[in-house]
Amino acid sequence: MGVIIAKSVNEACAVLAENPAATVLAGGTDLMVQVNRGTHSLETVLDLSRIPELKKWTMEDNQIILGAGISYTDLTHPQLSAFFPALAQAARTVGSPQIRNAGTLGGNLATASPAGDTIPVLVAMDASMQLKSSTETREVSITEFITGVKANALKPGEIIESIKVPIFKGPQEFLKVGTRNAMVISVVSLALVTDYLERKLRIGVGSVSPVPFRATEAEEFISDKFDWETNRNLSEKVINKFSELVANSTEPIDDHRGTANYRKHAVKVLAKRALERVSAGDIK
Amino acid sequence: MSRLQTVDTATKGSRIGESAIRPDGVPKVKGEFVFSNDLRHPDMIWGGTLRSPHPSARIVSINTTPALKMTGVYAVLTSEDLDGMPLYGLEHPDQPVLADGVVRFQGEPVAIVAADHPDNVRLALEAIDVEYELIEPLSDSKLAQENEAIHPDGNLFREININYGNSQEEGEITVEGTYEVGMQDQAPLGTESGMAVPSEDGGIDLFVSTQWLHADRDQVAACLNLPPEKVRLTLAGVGGAFGAREDISLHIHLCLLAMRTGKPIKMSYSRTESFHGHVHRHPAQMWYRHHAKSDGTLIRIEARLLLDGGAYASTSSAVLANATCFAAGPYRVPNVEIYGAVVRTNNPPCGAMRGFGCVQVCFAHEAQMDKLAVELGMDPVELRVKNALEPGDQIITGQTITGTAPVAEVIETCAQHSSSVGPASQQMELPGGAGRTADPKHIVRGEAIAVGFKNLMFSEGFDDFSTASCQLLDGVATITSACAEVGQGFVTLAQQIVREILGVEEVILAPASTASVGSAGSTSASRQTWMSGGAVKSACDAVRIKLLSRIAESHDLDVESLVIVDGGIASLSSEFSISLKEATSDLVEAEEVYRHVPTFPLDENGQGNAHVSFVFSAHRAVVDVDQELGLVKVVELITSQDVGRVLNPLQLQGQLEGGAAQGLGLAVMEEINVVDGRILNPSFTDYLLPTALDMPPVEIAALIEQPEPNAPFGAKGVGEPPAISSTAAIASAVRNATGLDLHRVPIRPTDIVFPERNDND
Repeated sequence: MGVIIAKSVNEACAVLAENPAATVLAGGTDLMVQVNRGTHSLETVLDLSRIPELKKWTMEDNQIILGAGISYTDLTHPQLSAFFPALAQAARTVGSPQIRNAGTLGGNLATASPAGDTIPVLVAMDASMQLKSSTETREVSITEFITGVKANALKPGEIIESIKVPIFKGPQEFLKVGTRNAMVISVVSLALVTDYLERKLRIGVGSVSPVPFRATEAEEFISDKFDWETNRNLSEKVINKFSELVANSTEPIDDHRGTANYRKHAVKVLAKRALERVSAGDIK
Repeated sequence: MSRLQTVDTATKGSRIGESAIRPDGVPKVKGEFVFSNDLRHPDMIWGGTLRSPHPSARIVSINTTPALKMTGVYAVLTSEDLDGMPLYGLEHPDQPVLADGVVRFQGEPVAIVAADHPDNVRLALEAIDVEYELIEPLSDSKLAQENEAIHPDGNLFREININYGNSQEEGEITVEGTYEVGMQDQAPLGTESGMAVPSEDGGIDLFVSTQWLHADRDQVAACLNLPPEKVRLTLAGVGGAFGAREDISLHIHLCLLAMRTGKPIKMSYSRTESFHGHVHRHPAQMWYRHHAKSDGTLIRIEARLLLDGGAYASTSSAVLANATCFAAGPYRVPNVEIYGAVVRTNNPPCGAMRGFGCVQVCFAHEAQMDKLAVELGMDPVELRVKNALEPGDQIITGQTITGTAPVAEVIETCAQHSSSVGPASQQMELPGGAGRTADPKHIVRGEAIAVGFKNLMFSEGFDDFSTASCQLLDGVATITSACAEVGQGFVTLAQQIVREILGVEEVILAPASTASVGSAGSTSASRQTWMSGGAVKSACDAVRIKLLSRIAESHDLDVESLVIVDGGIASLSSEFSISLKEATSDLVEAEEVYRHVPTFPLDENGQGNAHVSFVFSAHRAVVDVDQELGLVKVVELITSQDVGRVLNPLQLQGQLEGGAAQGLGLAVMEEINVVDGRILNPSFTDYLLPTALDMPPVEIAALIEQPEPNAPFGAKGVGEPPAISSTAAIASAVRNATGLDLHRVPIRPTDIVFPERNDND
């Protein structure tokens, strides 16, 4: 076993071109669990954790470009969280402080778990990703990138370079159910992002289907009913209809973390509460 | 705020009653303490265990040849390679060292491997080819007694009937309920690990983390076919125990591999392997009917208890004795009919865990007392105090309480302590915590009290003793005891006792080893402060008498006039004085064996003086519940405990906090999910332990100090009660908040959200 520590994205891509089977290591918070469990054996490891470019973020037009190596802790920094509070809220629900210091946004996406905490937020915001290899740079949407349960669209030799997140004007909420008050894998999660300019409410849900997705029918319904002038006065009937539409769009499973019935019920509660919160908040 | 939360900075020389600092505390905090997993030897090789993936199967064949041919592999052993006793067990040997033709639980050891590197161990384990013929597992404990026997010893480990009083009368008020407790894990942070080193005399040295060196030694020696003196066990640094280390795990395997290869060998379980490699708390199903007069006086209790012991006996029979003897709770009950059984299934083996059978029944009897209070229209605290046991009362085994029993005191002080929590002020403090799911308007608050009790020390006629020696030379005392320090703080206490009696400042604790001293008994049953504390005290008393006699003789003084004071010996009747250092330039030593009062077996009606002493505690819990999502946050825990006498306030506080955290875990999150004999969550990803956001501060309302007759220094063991009444109090508080009849712990979100349907069952 050998470890190659890349110092730049180009170097990392060159190493991967030569060793397409190398295991890519970022924060290691998912990878090391697999290694310890014996489900992933390590031959050549390519370490991305010391590439300064991957830890940077920039603003371009009305979008923030986040380096794939940005940690969960970084996302909760006020400077960044101001742009997308829901992403910061989601990052805060991940593991312990040590895990949040080590784990990266790029890693959360590459693992592509149905329960990945940042994914419902990024899906709701139509984030896109820049993927890079030694020969090609391409951009894919989040939904194109995550292709199934723990499956992604990375080609051999490719790494995630950055994630592009549009900035939306309006309140955001992320809620996650777990059976412990911290450090817990999501049983259900939901992100609600308001977009005042386009007059649209965006909803991403996690842990209730093979891949996190947008509840489009519910979005259309509520965007139409929402009072974009006062931001208030939603009737209980509308709130209930909205939360039912969200729940109906899910196809949860039974597992040892929760039952399908509970997940369907809980996602409805989260949708209702998220909507109540954004409609109680002031227009920013 | 209790006095414990403002303890003064401890000093090195602290004596009894002071918060002496742990000798192993600073090294542990700095990461310098050597735990068993840190053991190294320059020539060591590594061991590993092949475990059955199936809960029930016949082994058709095992082919070890491919593994034996692999690089770096020294040995591969199966049951065919055993030439000693093929079975082991704490109370009754019924568990194979290595599976012989049959596997009875998922994770049962089938073969063991020695290789030069952990990776080669893993590869060799993968290369062993085992052909299994699967058998439908017996996974429902209710079916065990009628099912075909899955072991030559049958499917019933033990049954106990307790018949006390003779009235079959119906109460004016009766309440009935069925209750269930899930399988909890001790989850010590240190996994099983150790090292075996073959010695030139044909024997073996085993360094291992355990709770009872001598019981391990005897089982290991029998399985190795060696005389016990050739098997020397030394305690390696223990990373927590809570009952999980009372049974043998890797001990025999390590020794077998060391003997076969002639090399020092180390083994260390992964977290997942640990979940499969030690016993758990018994899941329980319980039915109760309480009868009372309309004024609240209890007149009769009927109960049926069924504990799932899993595949092998471990300590199941003693756990059942506790569950039945303490089934009625710390109340005066004139008439009792209880039937309890613990059965064998193909589920993971269950055995000792903090609270040992009393946790399960406390959850049930306290739920019954709450139901009774509602039915009577009576305050639940008043009902409990009215029926509380007092000294001189009999418990349901007919045993009279001859020691202290401040039951009403623990209940009343706990109930009267003022609550210090207001409504949650931050999102993080609400149920759901970091997940931000709740707003204050979704929250209902509940509060409840529970009381529990338990025996101290081993019961039912067991010859329970502890040995210790004390050597005093040049003013320095050395204590030798085989008491396993598993984190409880015996090392601190031993030093305090020596300083108290001999007046020395420097106290050295020799390594705990079977080679240097007799048994100290198990670090369990809240017994070491009393038993090994008693042994150390006896040895020190003997040394003190020898020393004073010697000084009296050599200086022609009256021994009665001599006292140890200020680091020296002085005469009360003359000017004579001598420093301890000078007085002990010649060695003074003594070894003593300490025994508690004898106990007796239970008769066929479950009657008899089976127990030594009883300890009582109460907890009051305040919980916030998000009823729509079924999420719980315990916001306050208040406790009172019967302690006899406080020997070390800081360590006592640690026991009260840690035990309550374990009780909270069982109440709302900690459960090994077993389906068809398979564990679904053998990792800390999914076996959830309380975090700092789940565990509130523990308020100590009162420590009831009524010195226990016969106990050294009057002190009762304190380790287990905090884990007994805490679970019951929290569950009751959740019932109080939600109005639901929650009859099972851990309480799952679905139990609250869908109370009418058994979504998880």
